[in-house]
Order: sequence, then structure tokens, then C-alpha cells
Amino acid sequence: MAILELRDLTKRFGATTAVDHFTLSVEKGEFVSLLGPSGCGKTTTLQMIAGFETPSGGSILLNGRDLRSVPARQRGLGIVFQTYALFPHMTVEENVGFGLEMRKVPGDERRRRIAAALDLVHLSHLSGRYPRQMSGGQRQRVALARALVIEPELLLLDEPLSNLDAKLREEMQLELRRIQQEAGVTTLLVTHDQSEAMALSDRIAVMQGGRLIQEASPFEAYDRPTNAFVSTFLGKSNAIDAHLEETRDDGAVLRCGDIRLAGPPSPARPGPVLISLRPERIELCDAAAAHVSGRVGERIFLGDQWLFKVETSLGELLVVRPNSGRREPEPGETVHLSWRTEHLRILAAEPAA
Amino acid sequence: MNQDRARPWLLSAPALVLFLVMLVTPLVMTAVLSFNSFDFYGGIKPTFGLENYADVLGDSYFYEIFGRTFLIALVTTLICALVGTPQAYFLLRMRPLWRSVMILVVLGPLLISVVVRTLGWAILLGNNGVINDALKNLALIDRPIKMMYTSGGIVLALVHVMIPFMILAVWAALQRQDPATEKAAESLGARPATVFRRIVLPQAMPGILSGSLIVFSLSASAFATPAILGGRRVKVVSTTVYDEFLNTLNWPLGAAIAIILLVSVLAIMVAWNRLVEKRFAGVFE
Repeated sequence: MAILELRDLTKRFGATTAVDHFTLSVEKGEFVSLLGPSGCGKTTTLQMIAGFETPSGGSILLNGRDLRSVPARQRGLGIVFQTYALFPHMTVEENVGFGLEMRKVPGDERRRRIAAALDLVHLSHLSGRYPRQMSGGQRQRVALARALVIEPELLLLDEPLSNLDAKLREEMQLELRRIQQEAGVTTLLVTHDQSEAMALSDRIAVMQGGRLIQEASPFEAYDRPTNAFVSTFLGKSNAIDAHLEETRDDGAVLRCGDIRLAGPPSPARPGPVLISLRPERIELCDAAAAHVSGRVGERIFLGDQWLFKVETSLGELLVVRPNSGRREPEPGETVHLSWRTEHLRILAAEPAA
Repeated sequence: MNQDRARPWLLSAPALVLFLVMLVTPLVMTAVLSFNSFDFYGGIKPTFGLENYADVLGDSYFYEIFGRTFLIALVTTLICALVGTPQAYFLLRMRPLWRSVMILVVLGPLLISVVVRTLGWAILLGNNGVINDALKNLALIDRPIKMMYTSGGIVLALVHVMIPFMILAVWAALQRQDPATEKAAESLGARPATVFRRIVLPQAMPGILSGSLIVFSLSASAFATPAILGGRRVKVVSTTVYDEFLNTLNWPLGAAIAIILLVSVLAIMVAWNRLVEKRFAGVFE
């Protein structure tokens, strides 16, 4: 059963529409991410679910109950804020216990639940500290414990990792996933970081301009993006303008300038389309087997990978190859590129802006 | 290299000279003066003794004046904190346009001379003043309520003079707080009153305490307001010093009283600061 249901949720600020008929449902125990660039309406959506903004239209149902007239303090949601919003004048223990105190949980049970929550985030040894005396990662955990200790039906995470440095962020991603699964709490994450959304979620809802663009599992959203925005927002992608000449059951025929390419079967109609091709799906091959040839323009070393910018007659293509210690083409060298037909994705052409 | 080292001194020279000439010199001279002696026929004699201090500390008349001064300052500070804290919080929550208007309203009084403002209070508070006249005309009272020449009247006017300092101090502290903490408390089930008491107020505390420090020390040494509203009858330390200098012409005694006021206010400030730092160590930067 769906814990959270958003139906045609809309929010207008004056003449601008921040959230536009947004519909989404979140199942019990699921981890769902709202992913999108800044200004896409994801934070406004979260604020409406939390009760800090009033929707202009549509409804929010929590366990089937309409939240329209329920004030924020009675929604019983656990929220982790971007800034953590820890109470600076309270110790870790008092911070975590605040929600229980408001619920008038008796002292014994309160202490037991605080201890359990701190244990879950591995902070039992710091219960007497003040937030100021802790590192960013530790504050993050306190915020999480404070949100979880009230046993919320739904946990809302508002860009929870964006204030951490890159290395800590990766650690906390794993930690967040472990805590979420251990607590078994239904979670909605708001983020602009595609790698965070992919690493953590069961399902990703990609938003753009206040609208839901695609809702899919991380793998599906990455591998089968439904439009050009999703394909470039989730990971790197080569977007190639092309013309779809004909589609058959066993494949499609595409033309890019003078080059003819075979594509996978597609429901798209003949006409201008966009081809999306992931850089890591492109291989180097012999001249005879090549789909296209080109000259290496730039070569960037990324540690575990090499990134090539290859100038071809299809335009500049990004090619990613794992660093496995072999000799890689130098800038200026001519290379031959090929890929498997099913790795091409045929998307509707972007309307001319 | 040499020039580089001299530059900060050169740049701060005007301020240092001003500080030395205008503050340190008269202060030292007042301190020296307070050890001199005085008699009505011979005037000030450049002797050195503690008899002026002994006079002040041995006379219950002066104890009463010091007691009244500090009580007035304390009550003024308390009222300023009680009124100024919620006001600063509302200012923080206002929309930008209204906020700038209201800040002007709050700070406006500072642009008007204290004397002018206090005379305004005298017009309001007098036995035939606006308030008493209005109450009489409404037939709520037969006899005017005495407000001029009372400690209460002085406190009332001082609160009006001092409240901008309190509001500014609390406002500065509130601006440092993360507004999300209020939302967090709300999401955890706290009512608005609880949010204010448990989350906002403690975070405003450093501002309230530093504002209290300013208001207390300024109130304890205020002159114009008690002089106009207290007159001869309700004397405070600063008006007593004024009388010793200009009416009795006993400068050494006046100087001794001034020094005692300075030292006691300083002692109260330092003690207060210690207390605050100890209480809030580790919580606030």
C-alpha cells in the first residue's frame, strides 16, 4: 500500500508555477529520490509534504489521510534538513530526545529510545556533546537519529549530504542506506546529485520545471532515459542530432549527415530525433569494423578512467575507457569507434528553443 | 620593512590621540582629583588622602542614591529585555519591506536628542500633563497620579531611550540562528509557543545578555533623563556628581563619587560577562 501519495500537486508563487501537477506514490519501506536541477520544484514539493508550504492545488495523502488541514507539527514526519538544523543549545541526547519530549514519552522509555537511535547511527559515545563540538558527518548522524527516534511513517531528507566533502559524502551514502534499511523507514530524498540518487534509491523521480519527467529504477533511468534531459542529467551522455528514416521490427535506420547508422527498434516516428549514447559503451576497434572514425582532441586522466574527446563526423564524442594499464591513444591520433546497436537510444528531438 | 611596521600605528594615530586626550586624560585627572581635599574657605587643596571615599562609603545618604541608581538600571534592563526580545523576533519574521520600515521606527528615537525626548515625557507625565488630563477628563481619577519626580517615571523614559540597543543586540543574535531549527522543532511536534520558549529564546540568549550589559551600564550612568524627570527630589549618582561639581563646588567629592560609579559598573559588567561566558561555554561561539 502506498504510504505517501501526491496527486496533481501544484504550487504557484505569483505568476510562476514551481510545482506543476506532480503525481507520485511511495510504497511502504521504499527509498524514493526526487532528482532535478536547482529550481525544478523538488524542494517546494518537500516543503509541502512537510507542511511548511500550502499547496495551490492537488492533494497529499499520508496513509490514505489527506494532509491539507493537518499542521506540520501533527504530521509526524521525520525531517533531515540541509543545514541539519540541530538545536545548538542542546546536547546530542537532548536534541534526539526533543521529539519524544513533545510526544510526552515517559522518561524511561525516552532514554531507551534515545539510546537505540544513537546506537543505530553509531554515536552512543558522543551523547553528551554539543553540536558545535562535532564534525559535519557526526552532526548529520545526529539529525538522522533525531528524525528517526519518533518512528515516523515517512522520512524526508532535504539534500542531506550536500554540506559534506566528497569523500565523506560517499561514506555517508553507504551509511544512510544501511540506516534506512535497518530502520525500515519509508524515505523520500530530495537531491540534485545524480550519483547520490542512484546510489541510494529504489526509485528515482526526475523533475524538471516543476514536472515529473521520468520515474524509474536507477538502472532503468540511466540505461533507458525517456528524454534528452534525463539522459544528460543522469551521468554523461553523447547527444547526437539525427534523422530517423524508417523503423522496422528488427531495428531502425538513422541518418546523421552523410552517415547511416543502425539503431534499435523504436516506437518513434520517422523524422528528426536525438540519439543518446553513453561514453562508456563506445569501444575502440579496427578501421574495418568502425561505425565512425575521428581524431583524439583531448585526453583527460581521471584515475580509474580515461576520458577522450574525439572529433568525428558525428560531432565531438565523449569516450570513457577504464584505466587498465594499457597504452591509450594520444591526442592527435586517429581512432576508430564502434558500439553495439542496442546501446543507442532514440529520443524525441528537443523542441527548438 | 620598517615602514610596513609603522603603518598600522600611523593609521591609528588620530584615533589614539583622540582617545588619549579626550578620555584617558580627563579620567586620570578625575582620579587624581578624587584624592584631593576641599574646604569651603580654601577650596581644593592638592593633598593626597582617602577621606572623600571614606565620606561617601560612610554615609547612608550615598548608599541610598547608589541603591536607587542600580535599582532603576536593573528594572530598566529587565523591561527592555522583556519588551525588546519579542520585538526583535517579530522584526526577524517580517517581510523585508515592513522590516525596513519597522527598523526605522525602532531606531528613530536614537535620531532625536535625549533631552528633547525626555522633555516630551515630562509633558506626558506631569501632574497637569497629557496623561493625567486625559484620565481626569474621562473621570477615571479625581486627583492626578504622581509620575513626575518618581523612580517609575525615570524607568519609563529610560526604557524608551534604551530599548533600541536591546533590540539591535537580540536581533544580531537571532540573525545568526538557523531558521530551519524552528521548522525542525515544529516537525518534531512543538507548538509555536514551545518553539519560541525552547528553541528561539535560548538562541537569542547571548544577544539578550549582551544587550542587558549595554542597557544596564548606560542606564546606571544616564544623566539627562533622571535630571529632568527626577529633578532634585529623586537623585541618582550622576545627578549627585553634577550637584557636587556645580552647586556645592566640592569637586574632589564629586570626583570620588564618579570614580566609585565607574568602578562598580565596571565590576558588575565583568562579573556578568564571566557568568555568561561560563554558562554558555561550548554552546555558542
